[in-house]
Amino acid sequence: MGKHKTPMLDELEKGPWPSFVSDIKQQAEKGKQVLKEAPDDLLGVLELSFEDRVTHWKHGGIVGVFGYGGGIIGRYCDQPQKFPGVAHFHTVRVNQPASKFYTTKFLRSMCDLWESHGSGLTNMHGSTGDLVLLGTTTDHLEPLFFDMTHEMNQDLGGSGSNLRTPACCLGRARCQFACYDTQEACYQMTMEYQDELHRPAFPYKFKFKFDGCPNGCVASIARSDMSVIGLWRDNIRIDQAAVKAYVGGELKPNAGAHASRDWGKFDINKEVINLCPTGCMAWDGSKLDINDKECVKCMHCLNTMPRALRIGVDTGAAVLFGAKAPILEGAQMSTLTVPFMKVEAPFEELKELIEKVWDWWMEEGKNRERLGELIQRKSWQEFLRVIEKDPDPRMVDEPRSNPYIFWKEEEVEGGWTRDINAYREKHPR
Amino acid sequence: MPYDPSDPLKDRITDIGPRYYKEFVPPVIEKNYGKWLYHDILEPGVLVHVSETGDEVYTVRVGGCRLMSVEHIREICDIADKHCGGYVRFTTRNNIEFMVDGKDKLKPLVDDLKSRKFPAGSNKFPIGGTGAGVTNIVHTQGWAHCHTPAIDASGVVKAVMDGVYDDFGSMRLPAPVRISLACCLNMCGAVHCSDIAILGIHRKPPMIDSEWIDKLCELPLAIAACPTAAIKPAKTASGLKALEVNADRCMFCGNCYTMCAAMPLADDVGSGVAILVGGKLSNRMSKPKFSKVVIPFIPNEPPRWPTTVEAVKNILDVYAKDAKKYERLGDWAARIGWERFFEKTNLPFSHHLIDDYRFAYTTWRQSTQAKF
Repeated sequence: MGKHKTPMLDELEKGPWPSFVSDIKQQAEKGKQVLKEAPDDLLGVLELSFEDRVTHWKHGGIVGVFGYGGGIIGRYCDQPQKFPGVAHFHTVRVNQPASKFYTTKFLRSMCDLWESHGSGLTNMHGSTGDLVLLGTTTDHLEPLFFDMTHEMNQDLGGSGSNLRTPACCLGRARCQFACYDTQEACYQMTMEYQDELHRPAFPYKFKFKFDGCPNGCVASIARSDMSVIGLWRDNIRIDQAAVKAYVGGELKPNAGAHASRDWGKFDINKEVINLCPTGCMAWDGSKLDINDKECVKCMHCLNTMPRALRIGVDTGAAVLFGAKAPILEGAQMSTLTVPFMKVEAPFEELKELIEKVWDWWMEEGKNRERLGELIQRKSWQEFLRVIEKDPDPRMVDEPRSNPYIFWKEEEVEGGWTRDINAYREKHPR
Repeated sequence: MPYDPSDPLKDRITDIGPRYYKEFVPPVIEKNYGKWLYHDILEPGVLVHVSETGDEVYTVRVGGCRLMSVEHIREICDIADKHCGGYVRFTTRNNIEFMVDGKDKLKPLVDDLKSRKFPAGSNKFPIGGTGAGVTNIVHTQGWAHCHTPAIDASGVVKAVMDGVYDDFGSMRLPAPVRISLACCLNMCGAVHCSDIAILGIHRKPPMIDSEWIDKLCELPLAIAACPTAAIKPAKTASGLKALEVNADRCMFCGNCYTMCAAMPLADDVGSGVAILVGGKLSNRMSKPKFSKVVIPFIPNEPPRWPTTVEAVKNILDVYAKDAKKYERLGDWAARIGWERFFEKTNLPFSHHLIDDYRFAYTTWRQSTQAKF
């Protein structure tokens, strides 16, 4: 029996999906967390919110560790007398390893560390990617950080107006579509910009995310100020025998992703050729042809026939800028900025690009203005001048339909200084 | 030497970053890094990846709760130690992946995972989340840990995942369906490109804690935070500096509350759920898309949010019946037309669903093309 009665939360122990309520209860009963009452009191305050239908957490104060301006988020409960175990309940963001592989040795050390300095509750993982340690008091922060860096060789992640913890997809670790080494890129860019990650100097948050291909498993195009998305420039590699095996039914389309329903026999024309967004494929009954020059790398044919088709060998990535959630001017996705770049260690071209972007944003950006909003305010043309890239039709869906071009004086023959009197000699008032 | 509070900067280590990922990958992954040829989904939640070296790695994907105890993590470690050589992986969508390097090791792992339940009966490690099904919901903190939410997160997710549980463990849908939840418009869960998004919204303007606001907040920052310029300076009867909200101009974004704790807007009946659908991230066939609001408001109904769960199930079922193979929810809605979407899902279309913010005109229809 827990410390608080939680009849509403108990309803969430029912049903087949894993119950976080049952999990917190087991931590309350069996856990050795130094903040003994924390799991029980978290259930208590959550039950109160279920009754009141409003949160009982307050704005965080400024808490952190010496020398860092991010990584820890202050959190206080507005009912500290009722729930002393979570009265102070700060969040610690721990920079996850690229693509979230772990050894159990590391995870067990993290569990031990967290029980000796906090609530024993975590998020595996936060939305940005961090391993989140959920709930501790201010006096535990420095010892926790000391032990984490000394004993686990592990650092905090980002929060506030700084570089947020970068994240990447699974990449070459276990995926055949990875057009560049997303994990290496993520790791090296994280290490290069440790100062930006720990010490807020930006107008607002800034996120990098690294997707290995246009399938976009880490959602970089929707949620990162700089999205690096793997691409190839040359030809899709075709194994014609395997194509025939798909047509003949020996291989299951889309790696068997539709297996729980009878969709009928695989029809390569209906399911691949006719769904190609550029119509650049043809099947004559025995041979698959792809006009690669017209291919936009949408991934549909590769996803549908993964054993027959492979990405090209001239691989790299597109770099896009400006995604963000709706706050404040509305949601934006990243805009294609560099249609193709070789992305290989030590990632110098990418670093040069991002540093130009940051210099501009730090100079011009208003408080809490995301890069995507600044680009909208100042114009895409201005952004291109800053990053020293030429305009490219691949950056737009279509050319502008209004003719309100902001011509520059130097673009116009003779400049803008004219003599009104000379004009009037020919055109009297 | 342990931490010495009298000398906090002694032996300090900073800026070391995360651990190098290659320390944490199992041997079969390290050996075949960058050499993978193809993959197959053997059954829902179970994948095999085949390398050009001939090596195979079998992955069992299970659902996890984002909010997780160290007791539970230790159980995950026990399983990984027993079956997977001490390695395990988490996915972007809060799933857990157990990997083995031989087919013979698969069944004992699967059987072990299936056998583990919490005392009250829920499964600890449900297998699924692959292919044309529903995978785990990415979400935010909600009432468990956040100061700005309009709804809970973990509770709503648990209720919805119970409701769509069969679609987590099967692949009957036309295409993958990504459900996401963000408990307020800040969207730290970035739900704006999801097939189905559950979003917490407010409907009452902020209250002004007038006697305190000048002590707690930088008033100009709160004024500047408002995207519709609805906040202006005011004075209390006692002569204190305060703020005033032009309620007619409030769009309930909560940005002022983010800047100023003396302007709370959460409310037991004012706050609740909006449902958005049709977003996607992948570039497959069509370009990435934003999710669109199709249900403007559902009340908060703890503990199990039945109206929200039913709304998600309804949209999912109509889509599953009507869409073509490979067609994502948003591509289906675009093909049949939104007038048909509302007809088929039996959802009312109200003025709330027509955009009147910054990019509004781009979503209005300038055409006679319409269905009857």
